[in-house]
Amino acid sequence: MTAAPDLLSIRDLSLSFRTPRGRLQALRRVNLEVPRGRIVGVVGESGCGKSTLIASILRLLPPNAEVTGGAIRFEGRDLLELSPRAMRELRGRRIAMVFQDPMTALNPVLSIGRQMIDVQYREGRSRREKRERAVEMLARVGIPDPAQRLEAYPHQFSGGMRQRIAIAMALMMEPDLLIADEPTTALDATLEVQIIGLLQALQRDFGCSILFVTHHLGVVAELCEEVVVMYAGEVVERGPVEAVFRNPAHPYTARLLACDPGRIVERSRNLPTIPGEIPDLVSPPPGCVFRPRCPEAFARCELEAPAEHAVGSGQSARCHLAEGEGR
Amino acid sequence: MSGLLEVTGLRVRFRALGTVKALLRGVESPFVEAVAGVDLALAEGETLALVGESGSGKTTLARALIGLLPVEAGSVRFRSRELIGQSSSAWKAVRREMAMMFQDPVGSLSPRLTVRALVTEPYRIHGLRGRETERECARLLGLVGLPPDFGERYPHQLSGGQARRVGVARALALDPRLILADEPTAGLDVSVQGEILNLLARLQDQLGLSILIITHNLNVVRHVADRTAIMYLGRIVEQGETERVFAHPRHPYTEALLSANPQADPAARHRRIELKGEVPSLLRRPSGCEFHPRCPHARPLCATAAPAATTEGRGRFTCHFPLAGPSLPSGG
Amino acid sequence: MAADEIPVAPRRADGFLAGLRRLTRDGMGLFGLVAVLLVVLSAVFAHQLAPFDPTRIMVGPRLAPPSAEHWLGTDQLGRDVFSRVLVGGQVALQVALASIAAAVSIGLGLGLLAGLGPRWLDNAILLLFDTVRSFPVVIFGLAVVTVLGPSLTTVIFVVVVTSIPTYGRVARTQTLAIKNNEFILAERAMGAGTGRILRVHVLPNIIGPLLILASMDVPVVITIEAGLSFLGMGVQPPTPSWGSILNDGFSYIRNTPWPVIAGGIPLILTTLAFTFLGEALRDTFDPKLRRDL
Repeated sequence: MTAAPDLLSIRDLSLSFRTPRGRLQALRRVNLEVPRGRIVGVVGESGCGKSTLIASILRLLPPNAEVTGGAIRFEGRDLLELSPRAMRELRGRRIAMVFQDPMTALNPVLSIGRQMIDVQYREGRSRREKRERAVEMLARVGIPDPAQRLEAYPHQFSGGMRQRIAIAMALMMEPDLLIADEPTTALDATLEVQIIGLLQALQRDFGCSILFVTHHLGVVAELCEEVVVMYAGEVVERGPVEAVFRNPAHPYTARLLACDPGRIVERSRNLPTIPGEIPDLVSPPPGCVFRPRCPEAFARCELEAPAEHAVGSGQSARCHLAEGEGR
Repeated sequence: MSGLLEVTGLRVRFRALGTVKALLRGVESPFVEAVAGVDLALAEGETLALVGESGSGKTTLARALIGLLPVEAGSVRFRSRELIGQSSSAWKAVRREMAMMFQDPVGSLSPRLTVRALVTEPYRIHGLRGRETERECARLLGLVGLPPDFGERYPHQLSGGQARRVGVARALALDPRLILADEPTAGLDVSVQGEILNLLARLQDQLGLSILIITHNLNVVRHVADRTAIMYLGRIVEQGETERVFAHPRHPYTEALLSANPQADPAARHRRIELKGEVPSLLRRPSGCEFHPRCPHARPLCATAAPAATTEGRGRFTCHFPLAGPSLPSGG
Repeated sequence: MAADEIPVAPRRADGFLAGLRRLTRDGMGLFGLVAVLLVVLSAVFAHQLAPFDPTRIMVGPRLAPPSAEHWLGTDQLGRDVFSRVLVGGQVALQVALASIAAAVSIGLGLGLLAGLGPRWLDNAILLLFDTVRSFPVVIFGLAVVTVLGPSLTTVIFVVVVTSIPTYGRVARTQTLAIKNNEFILAERAMGAGTGRILRVHVLPNIIGPLLILASMDVPVVITIEAGLSFLGMGVQPPTPSWGSILNDGFSYIRNTPWPVIAGGIPLILTTLAFTFLGEALRDTFDPKLRRDL
């Protein structure tokens, strides 16, 4: 771990949604760090809160969302305390985002050149310089004939190309942090390989940090240096990718890895699953949130919600079983 | 001829341009061939996986098999009966024996009907009104592991996994011999995928079903399919026993697909094969072997001549320079 | 942000009561519902509620202002205006109901044909719609009156013909939208015939917007009827109509403003009521506008 302070540091973040049925506790005591220049993966299944987490970082939450505790520090400043104007300054420039659906992430009625030039509106450059920068970025992400293609519209590109353009737009401002929300989920596997390779190369060149959200464990294993595992609004385990994948300390992580069909070497007609469903977050179960589905639960799990315990260098898990295992 | 399903030379095409526009643009043919000559066979009690990416034609093929799309050429024999060109009443009879599960679990359920109405719909369609819907509904839901009170729910009240099970229940209503499952695990979390796959495997053992799974997820295929066929641009480029295809792929595209689904193991050396470019448009099919523009092993011959299919044991592949296998000397 | 990320409670069943509850939560919806009920009831029981025969010419003061006996005064022939307004309301709603029902049915049929049929049929029907819509209603009304003579039937005919394109287009768009939905494909894959698919799966899913449109169309139709009657091309005397009350009232506006007010207010009230109700209905049934999470 570098001695420099983390680029992004989320401490004890809790967030609820006001719904007609009551308060839905979407995030509970989330701790997460993204060091400078590192790639951190966030892994979890539907309902784990990863999309809510990203929306919180960017402060793009619906009106019924309420932060009930914690802080999100970006370069030392708490984003939750910033004014809307200060937040707008950050968005797109210091923190950029790539979304899941390349089909809808671009404005369909503007040419991509126009959109890429617009993105640079805060830069004091001439129009020609902006155009050149756009062409340069398009070439960087592998769009053939970029100068001619500036005039084209999003619908004239394929899905893979559109995602590359979205990445180009995000990285054009050389942000410190790139947040990618399932950028390859909507793409075919062979396209995913290309995009992952592209992100790796660009990250090396630009040196930005990447927060990569996905449910695809294989991609995390390949691309990310650190991983954060989320379940039902909590971070249940985090740490270096090798450590977490080789020795998962939390039962959920272990079961999740076991369920990945790619990992199961022997052909099986009885694939493992995690029986049950995620709990209702309006009234989460007492104690540990994973207890109802945990194969290793014991008495204490129902009485007391576990704290995060360190289990190795940089690895920690929110589980009673992890207590006392670390240094 | 003991196969349940035998497909020969199947072609399905769509009109991409109006006749006038085609003439004006000088395009030779205004049609795109989504399925460009496919040969398939499926035996009783067997599971065949049809694997391909977007544009491969796999969904089109499945829909053509059940008669939802018109077929340009070729033959489909189901239980020794030719399906192509039969009357609509004959089709109706066939649809009692062949059922399809669609990709969108909630969207394939009529939104204003209850689950009970949905799973018993096949009875009403085929005029089997004598059956007690209550009892049948409970039976079908029980087969897929859902409690009978789910019958009261509406599609929008179901989770993805539950909706998929309802789709399976509905498909089983008339005791079909063959189920066509279009992306049965798409959109499902990894922890839940197993439920559907285990269910299909169990039902197959219990009822002797044959299953044709259409998917792009190779990892899933390995566990549930006896045989696998890989599609690219409307043709099958390789097919064979699943274990063999996974262990010793012959076609470079198969190899690329296999490497595109990495294990969740950071220690494993990732030999991810990055294919050049993207899937070409069906309007502009490459010459010779259609995979050659993206193939890492392409040679001059591949651009000029289309390869013929080579049969090897129970498998088949279409490539001039197949990858080394256990029986061939290396270097192909 | 993925919509399925935030765990949502399963929505309550779309029952009639649930819908009613949602509707009345909004002030506009509540007002619309109550006002519409009022208008409809007073129209249905008009003859029972009316204190006098609306066509009876009475010996008494003409153009009298409102009094205990004549709540809205009398018109130039001594007829009780209040009774005329009530019965006029019945006429208005009869016209509205009959013509909208006919227009919806025919429009629905044509729209389904256009949406599901071959391309040339679709184009032909659209051409028909556009042709009809390019005629201004009043000119069309004049032409029809010349041919058929002024009467209630004429009004209904004019309204039906000019309304069909609107319903037809909506029906067509809705049909096109769900035609290729997977559940329709699934039904076909199970062997369902076109008739069954239309009846059970298409119709219930497209009728919603049509009904809402119809509700918002009622005031429009009533206004058209009033307009035509005002011009003397609609309902003939002595049958009362809000339009003819207005027309008569205008001639004598220097003597007394009451007939004009009496003819105008119900028109305005009914228009507001149905519009509010229609908008509230639309908001209630549009899942994207649902404000609960």
